[in-house]
Amino acid sequence: MNIIVCIKQVPDTTDVRINPETNTLVREGVKSIINPFDAYAIEESICLKEKFGGKVIVLTMGPPQAETALREVIALGADEAILVSDRAFAGSDTWATSYALSCAIKKIKDYDLIICGKQASDGDTAQVGPGIAAHLDLPQVTYVKKIEEIKDASGRFERMTEEGFEIIESPLPLLITVVKEINVPRPPSLRGMMRSKKAEIITWNATDIGANPANLGLNGSPTQVVKIFTPSRRKGGKIFNESVDEAVEQIAKELKGLI
Amino acid sequence: MDYLLTEEQVMIKDLCRQIAKEKIEPVVAELDKSEKFPKEIMEVLAQSDLFAIFVPTEYGGTGGGILDLCIATEEFSRICGGVAVSYAASALGTFPIILYGNEEQKKKYLPDLASGKKIGAFGLTEPSAGSDASALQTTAKKEGDHYILNGVKHFITNGGDAEIYTIIAMTDKKKGARGASAFIVEKDTPGFTFGKKEEKLGIRASSTRELIFTDCKIPKENLIGKEGIGFIITMKTFDMSRPGIAAQAVGIAQGALDLAVKYAKERVQFGKSISSFQGIRWMIADMATQTEAARALVYSVARMVDAGKTNIGRESAMAKVFASDTAMRVTIDAVQIFGGYGYMRDYPIEKFMRDAKITQIYEGTNQIQRNIIGLAEVKGKRK
Amino acid sequence: MSIKILKDKCKGCMVCVEACPFGVIKIEEKLAIVDLNQCNLCGACKEVCKFDAVVIDKTKIVKNIRDLSVYRGVWVFGEQKKGEIQSVVYELLGKGRELADKLGVELSCVLLGHNIEGKTKDLIAKGADLVYLVDDPALVNFSDEPYTKVLIKLIEKYKPEIVLCGATSIGRSLISRVAVKIYTGLTADCTELNIDKEKRLLLQTRPAFGGNIMATIISPNYRPQMATVRHKVMKQLASDEARSGKVIKESYEEDVLKSRTKLLDIVEEVSSTINIAEADIIVSGGRGLRDPKNFVLVEELAKVLNGAVGASRAAVDAGWMPYSHQVGQTGKTVCPKIYIACGISGQIQHLVGMQSSDTIIAINKDPSAPIFSLATYGIVGDVFEVLPLLTKKFKEVLAK
Repeated sequence: MNIIVCIKQVPDTTDVRINPETNTLVREGVKSIINPFDAYAIEESICLKEKFGGKVIVLTMGPPQAETALREVIALGADEAILVSDRAFAGSDTWATSYALSCAIKKIKDYDLIICGKQASDGDTAQVGPGIAAHLDLPQVTYVKKIEEIKDASGRFERMTEEGFEIIESPLPLLITVVKEINVPRPPSLRGMMRSKKAEIITWNATDIGANPANLGLNGSPTQVVKIFTPSRRKGGKIFNESVDEAVEQIAKELKGLI
Repeated sequence: MDYLLTEEQVMIKDLCRQIAKEKIEPVVAELDKSEKFPKEIMEVLAQSDLFAIFVPTEYGGTGGGILDLCIATEEFSRICGGVAVSYAASALGTFPIILYGNEEQKKKYLPDLASGKKIGAFGLTEPSAGSDASALQTTAKKEGDHYILNGVKHFITNGGDAEIYTIIAMTDKKKGARGASAFIVEKDTPGFTFGKKEEKLGIRASSTRELIFTDCKIPKENLIGKEGIGFIITMKTFDMSRPGIAAQAVGIAQGALDLAVKYAKERVQFGKSISSFQGIRWMIADMATQTEAARALVYSVARMVDAGKTNIGRESAMAKVFASDTAMRVTIDAVQIFGGYGYMRDYPIEKFMRDAKITQIYEGTNQIQRNIIGLAEVKGKRK
Repeated sequence: MSIKILKDKCKGCMVCVEACPFGVIKIEEKLAIVDLNQCNLCGACKEVCKFDAVVIDKTKIVKNIRDLSVYRGVWVFGEQKKGEIQSVVYELLGKGRELADKLGVELSCVLLGHNIEGKTKDLIAKGADLVYLVDDPALVNFSDEPYTKVLIKLIEKYKPEIVLCGATSIGRSLISRVAVKIYTGLTADCTELNIDKEKRLLLQTRPAFGGNIMATIISPNYRPQMATVRHKVMKQLASDEARSGKVIKESYEEDVLKSRTKLLDIVEEVSSTINIAEADIIVSGGRGLRDPKNFVLVEELAKVLNGAVGASRAAVDAGWMPYSHQVGQTGKTVCPKIYIACGISGQIQHLVGMQSSDTIIAINKDPSAPIFSLATYGIVGDVFEVLPLLTKKFKEVLAK
């Protein structure tokens, strides 16, 4: 079984702080990490490979620096890594991103399953996974929390919903997006880390993947960012830092009407 | 301090740090409370090839050395001394086979130990034979193609949870120390059972049990080396493993120091963080200096072993004494910096103090180590 | 398509460095240098530059010759489960009404399902002028492919200029697929929607970069303009049973309604606790509780107030509380009447998930914790001391 895992390198947004004086982001030392949700996609692909054989191909679109993320995935057990990188991709929104990735997947050709994390932690859109499926006209099952079975070119999946889950069957190939309930990602292995140092990272540009230039980057993106601003934060109110008893007394009084 | 580690050693360090942070730290308090053997964590270490780092490549290892093992043990100990010793004790049970096992034994046992599919343990200590190992009572009697083992080993780390045991037993009691031999005994061999699990002051995640042999019949092929070299095997094994115990002590000291510094920066008294007080700073300075000195000594000895030096009894004893005494001192001071909170079980620091104590006791008490060092000094064996 | 810094105009004033949400501009010898590999051409730097030193060439290859003027009207996707309209739909109708009125167009709701015609009057009462109803056994439960195809058919036929959809597990799956297939723009998780009347543009504002900045997004050359909004972000209108509206029924052939995936079962997992997304009062705990067992203190207060228990990401990551209790960017967005944060320092990602609560009470021992910056009432103190006191006090107050 050949599995393609799509990942994204993101800034570690849990690291980000706001400078209270200037109300701007403090970006020093913000690391680039693999999107935390992708870790579950990677783990699931490795588990499936262990069970069914085949290979895991990890795919990302990003700047040349994203190679680091791909090497990390090789250390975790992926067999091949492909970086889709081109200046023409700059400014891609989710439409153009899913288009470029789908072109790369068409070039890979031989696959049974595509796995994505449910969303990326920097954008939080959850649009790229279904977008790729739409471009490739593949069936999709989003928010998978368990793969129940894969047999005879068909899979049975548990899809998480607000109330519980649904059990969905689909023919292969298909695209799934996974949630953190699906597994516990393993740390890398020492042999994997050694292999990843030397592994070849395949790099494809826009021409390599046969993409229509009109559909790429800012050109191909229907959405445009017109304004970026720091959110106005609500103002703080009364802070009690002397007597706890007084604080409790007053808060209870103020809130009484609301409860 | 830059210890000029190789690229692979840096990888091991980073990997072990990551595993300690992600997989061990969240369960440390629970393991300490429940005294439950960390089977799931051992599986993670296995999957990450960390049982392979001290096994030669031809038997499924990555061919690393003692320094690699020390680095791994130290990183685990920074978070949990109990998990670290469970890991290191498997190495201890593996060394006799690496050092003295024949080709068949190596082929049969090392790949599973290297992959972590099976965990190892080493059985020497008995109720009445601790520091005086020549007082062993466990016997191995040859009968045809088999040896029959009888006796009790106790305080055996990984006892009951390990699959492969290296056992020291007397094949000829009359010869005293020269009558001891080493055997490989597999779990589930008839006549091989386990006694009660000990409740300990520290390293509570590790399991410590009695091993009971009652007419336990093992094939003669399981004799390591030849009859009568059991003590030589033991001494050589300890030479290899002692730096690991010393590294455990360094890790415990470092872990306690990490927590103490963090706490000192957060804790505010008299309107200031207590880390701004000279009294605290000097304590931290001494803790850091001692820990670094211990690490330097441990790494040096580990490098001697890896370079193939054989006469290292004195140096490895020094590393063990110095590092474990340092761990004890540093952890006591760390608890002191935490003040009243340090004494409470809700805070993680008192565990380090409990864990540190064992490093002064096991694998040869610090008094025995000093005998070794003293003897070498007085008899002029210094090179 | 590129970005250029004009050397003769740039003064090296650093303003753009601070404005860049991706941190890819640096100043070297009084000149701004952009790391082209990481620049996303978002234009934040151009916006703030006082010297017009930033030039972004956004010339487009014109390929989209869609006549945008034929697109009229605002649509809301009427998500239903088991025949029940989801409350996010009513919230979107509330917002949709406002947008439609600004544009002077009709507000419509698209309802797909089976035996659900009875629900159309609720949608009209909540603000819809029109309901497009596709009633078919194949649409009884959500399924990606038939829902996608039907929605596309409707959009192609009736050409709305705006389509809004709940950012739910159904909505996100469906609408992403639809947007790609019809090649149009989609903006997820909008927290604010507005209209540029002159250009008839939907101004979609959403948190970006992990909620640390806000971005306003438009789709000027594509229609419909599509956006998803999370539950509880918009406010629904009061039901007006007197409102009248029209129902337009459509039906489709089998090939539009067929699906490669098959829904075998729906399993509901009953949760004994109150769902935080719905709760009026939430008491949340964070890392400051130090130990999972201390969540008892939070639970006790929640019980007295008849509220739900929430948790910060740190507490969930540590395994103290299940993920379903997580409040924040990666958890749930909540807007209760009262939000009590106990031992939560207030990482940005937590704040964006609860900052629209009516009243926020924060308890933390660190007076500089960011949570205090938006608390209505803050108590600087030991959470283990304050919580039991609060619980006791509320018990007394409520007993009266």
